[in-house]
Amino acid sequence: MTIVKTTIGRRSFLKASALAGGGMILGFNWLMSACSKPEDVLALPKEWFELNGFLKIGDNGVVTIMSPNPEIGQNVKTSMPMIVAEELDVDWKRVIVEQAPLNTDIFTRQLAGGSQSIRQGWTSLRTAGATARQMLREAAAAAWQVPVNEITTEAGMLHHKASNKSAGFGEMASAAASVEIPKEVTLKDAKDFKIIGTPRTNVDGQKIVTGQPLFGLDYKQEGMLIAMIAHAPGFGLKLKSMDGAEAKSMPGIKDVFTIKTYEDDYARQWSDVSAFPELVVVVGNTTWEVMKARKALKLEWEPFGDHNESYSTFQGGSEDKKVPGGLENSNKHTQLMASLAAQKGKVVRKDGDPDAAFKKAAKVIERSYTAPFLAHNTMEPMNFFADVTTDKAVLVGPVQTPEFMEKSASARLGLPLEKIDIQMTRMGGGFGRRLYGHFLVEAAVISQKMQAPVKLIYSREDDMTFGTYRPAYHAMYRAALDENNNLIAFHVRAGGIPESPLFANRFPAGSVTNYLAEEWSQESNITVGAFRAPRSNFIAGAEQAFLDEVAETAGKDPIDFRLELLERAKSNPVGEKNDYEPDRYAGVLELVREKSNWGQETPGVYRGVSAYFCHNSYVAHVVDLMMENGKPRVEKVHCAVDCGIVVNPIAATNLIEGGSVDGIGHSMFSNITFKDGVPDQSNFDKYRLIRHREAPKSIEVHFVKNDIDPTGLGEPPFPPVVGALANALYKSNGKRFYSQPFIKDIETSSMRM
Amino acid sequence: MAAINITVNGKMQVLDIDPTTPVLWVLRDHLDLVGTKFGCGMAMCGACTIHIDGVATRSCVLPVSEVADKSITTIEGLSEKGDHPVQKAWLEHDVPQCGYCQAGQVMNAASLLKDNPNPTDEEIETAMSGNICRCGTYVRIKAAIKTAANSSNQ
Ligand code: FES
Ligand code: FES
Repeated sequence: MTIVKTTIGRRSFLKASALAGGGMILGFNWLMSACSKPEDVLALPKEWFELNGFLKIGDNGVVTIMSPNPEIGQNVKTSMPMIVAEELDVDWKRVIVEQAPLNTDIFTRQLAGGSQSIRQGWTSLRTAGATARQMLREAAAAAWQVPVNEITTEAGMLHHKASNKSAGFGEMASAAASVEIPKEVTLKDAKDFKIIGTPRTNVDGQKIVTGQPLFGLDYKQEGMLIAMIAHAPGFGLKLKSMDGAEAKSMPGIKDVFTIKTYEDDYARQWSDVSAFPELVVVVGNTTWEVMKARKALKLEWEPFGDHNESYSTFQGGSEDKKVPGGLENSNKHTQLMASLAAQKGKVVRKDGDPDAAFKKAAKVIERSYTAPFLAHNTMEPMNFFADVTTDKAVLVGPVQTPEFMEKSASARLGLPLEKIDIQMTRMGGGFGRRLYGHFLVEAAVISQKMQAPVKLIYSREDDMTFGTYRPAYHAMYRAALDENNNLIAFHVRAGGIPESPLFANRFPAGSVTNYLAEEWSQESNITVGAFRAPRSNFIAGAEQAFLDEVAETAGKDPIDFRLELLERAKSNPVGEKNDYEPDRYAGVLELVREKSNWGQETPGVYRGVSAYFCHNSYVAHVVDLMMENGKPRVEKVHCAVDCGIVVNPIAATNLIEGGSVDGIGHSMFSNITFKDGVPDQSNFDKYRLIRHREAPKSIEVHFVKNDIDPTGLGEPPFPPVVGALANALYKSNGKRFYSQPFIKDIETSSMRM
Repeated sequence: MAAINITVNGKMQVLDIDPTTPVLWVLRDHLDLVGTKFGCGMAMCGACTIHIDGVATRSCVLPVSEVADKSITTIEGLSEKGDHPVQKAWLEHDVPQCGYCQAGQVMNAASLLKDNPNPTDEEIETAMSGNICRCGTYVRIKAAIKTAANSSNQ
């Protein structure tokens, strides 16, 4: 039993108030219940009673739960309301889920990123449900003149056993709305959970499979115009001249002009990254007319030189960030990274005396790993709707950071924050791309100029060549073994363009007496941004492939080797800042070992193992490869996960499957390369994303069972699978793979049949 | 501009339209049928899959002039009540993550099952390889297609 104070969250609760029916904005098709089956359509209550900002109860017992966070496919729109419903003790069939608008007075952290929605929302969501439940109990106690602690609840009903009285939540909702908000409430024990831990299908499932308007790109308003942009074709280029006369004269075209996304004296927020802050805009009636007119633009571009961009700091000031001039090339990047990796980097962590240990080592292994820039390529390209008038701005669309972008729009439009109304649509993928909401500001600026509602649409090419990529990375590892094959020193030197992927305090830090972690970085005008499991998405695969090779050199089983190190990190840790729990780390390795029957050799099946900890969750993978027509194909992925309590197992499993496919796909097939600043890939003809026939044939997911507060799953399943894949590839042809995308080396090497 | 007759989800429509307009944008901009999605605009992702006379077709590269007098089915018209065996199987397997690719996946799968009511795994993979799912729901898509095949064959 956990008692939590509601006072912490009090500021975030609306004053409890009775709300007459029709007082809320209702989404289309909102009457569909959480079960999403037509026969479960719920009857409309005559009156709603809002007990706090998270939920309202109808007089007929139907409950609307607001889902506060942006939905990008991580399924928070189902899982977060499940947590509220659990503590409220309502029947899930009687729940309607609505996407909450951006409202920082009620909700905290309305952001999708870092796999933090569930972890950071856990207590506030539970408190919201428990608070409403407590208010209902108090209302019933007053009505029945019995002590409140004798009132029990079950599936949307209030009971008083001794007097044999019962009432539905709906009957008590009106009275509950005027009960004072309790100072503290009791949360359920995990063993009493009825909704959390049970599989609940996607609340929007039916709408998705019937093609209803859910996404930003689907949003429409009377009189809405369509806008598209043209940005510089490459990094390091800016607009030299524009002739839009012909485009403007084409049918359906309203205007052609240039915009600046941000004013010159504006200090950008971190979420304002944009490589192309000056854009050419074409506005017209329909998408096709605008697409055609855009092709008729006559645009000239020229290289820019070194200059600065101003960014706001978390302390409230601002600092200049250099944007180097020049047109960059991928082959130069490769050389540059190799030469920087050969020099000493900045020491981030040092334990013991690595130099001495390497000198006296019986064996030293040194390997280097690389990975290219990647584009996020959400299936739904960037887009946003804006209707900006002189006194307010309505902005509707897919963005992961509405709290931040509200401020950017306010500054750019010259409207106070409270006049900026951001509504969140379902997002056709995020993966980090929609943390950077320049497109929201662009749409707003275009609408303000046109004095009309406008929907801005990026083509796939605009989207893929706009930047905010996953950086290009390089990691050099060295390991020292003594004559008994004990790991006596470990050295990592990692860097990237323009950022390093290093996490100095993660495993194997803490498990080796002599440890050195260095990093470096190289500036670039190619913009980068968080990409599903930032930094981990590369460094995990590199490290786990390296450990595999060290284990092999030491003549040890790769799982035993890791467990030995984790045992050392637990019983006799080196250093103090080790950023993982050795027991939970070992736990997923042991579980995957058991579930995959590790050690059992099957002819024709090549296996690799890997494990990683990031974003507060632990994941281990075993990848089984088979050869198909001379090419490796993932037959099966075994996955063990420790994310604490699993809120919604069916959605969690889906997300882990997806993350595993994503990790395999990107490390195997994808890259963005540059020639004179221009990306070589701009659509799916050249940019390879994993497809059905390349995807794992099956994926098995296993959870470590415990009662630890839940942690996220959007990111953790991606990083380790890359290492497991690399290790399995090695088994399949006896050659190690050091550079992503692996397909390049696979195609040039002769695979064992 | 030209007058073109098309039949969408059983309803005949007369459009006065630029005949080069891809069917995708006719559906989305002119007919308010936004279930058919834009993903690449070059027939590489499958998000825009519709049926032309029952055959799965990428609508993003198909000029409206080419479908005059043909019968188009979109995701909105695949079934009246949203209960096509493929749609039901999709819900049963809880396939969607972000959901953006799924209308195209469902349309492609429905067309596959019409041609081949009992596809093997390999046939499913081949037939579905033109439809990208960036969220990686491939394993579930395959399972759902098998469920739909079984339920249709009963
Ligand atoms: S949008 Fe038509 S195939 Fe991608
Ligand atoms: S479910 Fe997101 S792209 Fe397929």
